[in-house]
Amino acid sequence: MKKVFTLLLVLTLVFTTLVGCKKEDGTDKPGTTSDNKGIAKEDLLIGFLYVGPIGDQGYSYAHDLGRLDLEAAGYKTKYVENVPETADCEKSIRDLIDQGCNVIIATSFGHMDWTYNVSLEYPDVKFFHCSGYQTGDNMSAFFGRMYQIRFLSGIAAGLKTETNKIGYVAAMPLAEVVRGANAFALGVQSVNPDATVEVKWTNSWYDPAAEKAAAVELLNSGADVLAQHCDTTGPQIAAEEKGAFAVGYNANTFDVAPGAFLTAPLWNWGVYYLAQMQQIVDGTWEASNYWGSMDTGIVSLADLTNNCAPGTKEAIEAAYNAIAAGEYDVFDGPLTNNEGIEMVPEGSTMSDADLLAMVWFVDGIIGSVPKSN
Amino acid sequence: MFNLTKRTNQSKIHTLLLQLGAIVAALVAAGIVMWAMGYNPFVIYTKIVEGSVMVSENAKKGGVPYRLLQTINKAIPLVILSLGVSVAYKMKFWNIGAEGQFYIGALFAAYVAFNFKQLPPYILLPFMFLSAFIGGGLWGFIPAVLKNRFNASESLTTLMMNYIAIGIVTYLQLGPWRDPEAKGFGRMPYFTENAILPKVFGIHIGFIIALILAVIIFVLLKKTKLGYEIAVIGENETTAKYAGINTAKVLFITLFISGGICGIAGMIQASGIEKTLTDQISGGLGFTAIITAWLAKLSAPIILVVSFLFAMLLQGGAYLQVSMQIPAAISEVIQGIILFFVLGSEFFIQYKIVFSSKIKEAK
Repeated sequence: MKKVFTLLLVLTLVFTTLVGCKKEDGTDKPGTTSDNKGIAKEDLLIGFLYVGPIGDQGYSYAHDLGRLDLEAAGYKTKYVENVPETADCEKSIRDLIDQGCNVIIATSFGHMDWTYNVSLEYPDVKFFHCSGYQTGDNMSAFFGRMYQIRFLSGIAAGLKTETNKIGYVAAMPLAEVVRGANAFALGVQSVNPDATVEVKWTNSWYDPAAEKAAAVELLNSGADVLAQHCDTTGPQIAAEEKGAFAVGYNANTFDVAPGAFLTAPLWNWGVYYLAQMQQIVDGTWEASNYWGSMDTGIVSLADLTNNCAPGTKEAIEAAYNAIAAGEYDVFDGPLTNNEGIEMVPEGSTMSDADLLAMVWFVDGIIGSVPKSN
Repeated sequence: MFNLTKRTNQSKIHTLLLQLGAIVAALVAAGIVMWAMGYNPFVIYTKIVEGSVMVSENAKKGGVPYRLLQTINKAIPLVILSLGVSVAYKMKFWNIGAEGQFYIGALFAAYVAFNFKQLPPYILLPFMFLSAFIGGGLWGFIPAVLKNRFNASESLTTLMMNYIAIGIVTYLQLGPWRDPEAKGFGRMPYFTENAILPKVFGIHIGFIIALILAVIIFVLLKKTKLGYEIAVIGENETTAKYAGINTAKVLFITLFISGGICGIAGMIQASGIEKTLTDQISGGLGFTAIITAWLAKLSAPIILVVSFLFAMLLQGGAYLQVSMQIPAAISEVIQGIILFFVLGSEFFIQYKIVFSSKIKEAK
């Protein structure tokens, strides 16, 4: 009996296959032009990979705003949500190429190796990877100097805290995240030398429950201002519920926690995407490693809310101008780590190479970067 | 109002009609959901097939066509896991732990892959294979012992052990086994080339292993003494004891085999697809396999067919997401509806509804 049932299932599917065969696949073929020749805008199909859902009101959402900027400019795009940092990522990239994508933009750190692997197989497709370091003949790396904005957001937190305890919910102990937490702590200390920043790891970019739980833990241990380097609004909601304050991340999520939200470091990916696609259209594109400063507009600070302490605006403007004018860099020495060892001597500043490999916390941070062996 | 009574004489026509009805109902119900969301159900069903088996131009790379390859890649672990759980289900031991056995198998294989890198592939791969079988087998063996000694419900113990297994992998991935070259990113090192399954027709050889295992399990359950004993215990344990079967011994062996096969699936996925071990490697296949094993009525040859159809549904769902930009959640809803109806029909094959008026008459 079961066999008949199975046979019917098969027949149903075979029938649908036959029906399906009549339909022509109307998708575009990948670009066949060489790197030196431009590709017409209408021949580009740009495929995005997001680590979370586009409705995360966080990192993936911010990238999707960039994608929508491209759509508004007349580019054709596709996207895949919830792409894990595993072999599924490689499959999703191939799925997009199968759909005719000739530009691939992978947006999470852990997508890097998979993106690179596929880029070797498809020399005619252009690959972009966000937040990593791997580049190739047809693969660019890109990111923004978010640490500059995190420093500014630290000023808002440092002026707001009364308990002098600030909590920081962080995703993974990568250099990017460590650097961001350090910049934030230095921003805090620039206006409030007594305040400490306690870092908790969630080991996931997108985990609403874990992020909120870490936030609650920090609040329970006395923190009255939170900041975050993770993709959901969980910490902001936790702060709102406990009557504390929060610095968001990725997107202006004032509406989620109107009583707690101070400001947020924001990504404006559209700036970069539009410029890069224009280069492809013009035929001037070359793979590169891009790390844009705040003056390019790729990173910015959300408008300060009324939850901020008086004087915050002036303090942030002063710091912004000093950094923009080159009078001051976030990682100017002297800097000691939180074990009391001097890492950057007075009179020198950290190089980009050092920043990209930063695995120690500055003095004033409670917490540690897990050692890998 | 009404009562449920077990059907005593199931007519074949009746069963067939119910099953056919279930599929039609599932397609219609899922179609209504799609329509309500603004999609044409006929287009979607066509796309599922198109995305899972049809040849496409863009991703051509030689060997098996891309979309079919992806479907086969999904079918391989499903087949092996379904075979694994079906051995236990045959003796009515509810092994919900395929997921955990999969992870522990992959973990044992990864240990070998990381620590015996110098071995040539023709020794290293069988070594990984064997370790995975032992690892998964032990993970299946523990609930069998708990059941035998303490009469602990196996559906609970096997389920809970899934979380322990995933927890162990997460711990190792973020802690002791973290790749120091990964710049702080929480992943294990990639396997070296000699620890990666070779490919035939562009498909990793897991598909050959899956086919061989299907034959082995078919023979084991149908033609051997152990298979007979498993079936007898499944029908009635008391009878089995009276018949002189050492039920404890059969229980231990069966669960070791069941878990071991699930462990092999883990090794194949780690070596053939992921090229390392992560705590997300299964993607829930260990649970999906429970469904496929049931739909196939625990028959090894039918498991091959059902797993492939199911893999089509999974791959077709992924294709829908990319090609039509349907949110991932919707293709999951469609899968859920189809499952709900097809599994629901099983209930009505076993039971019938008797309304209260008829109950009174009967009295």
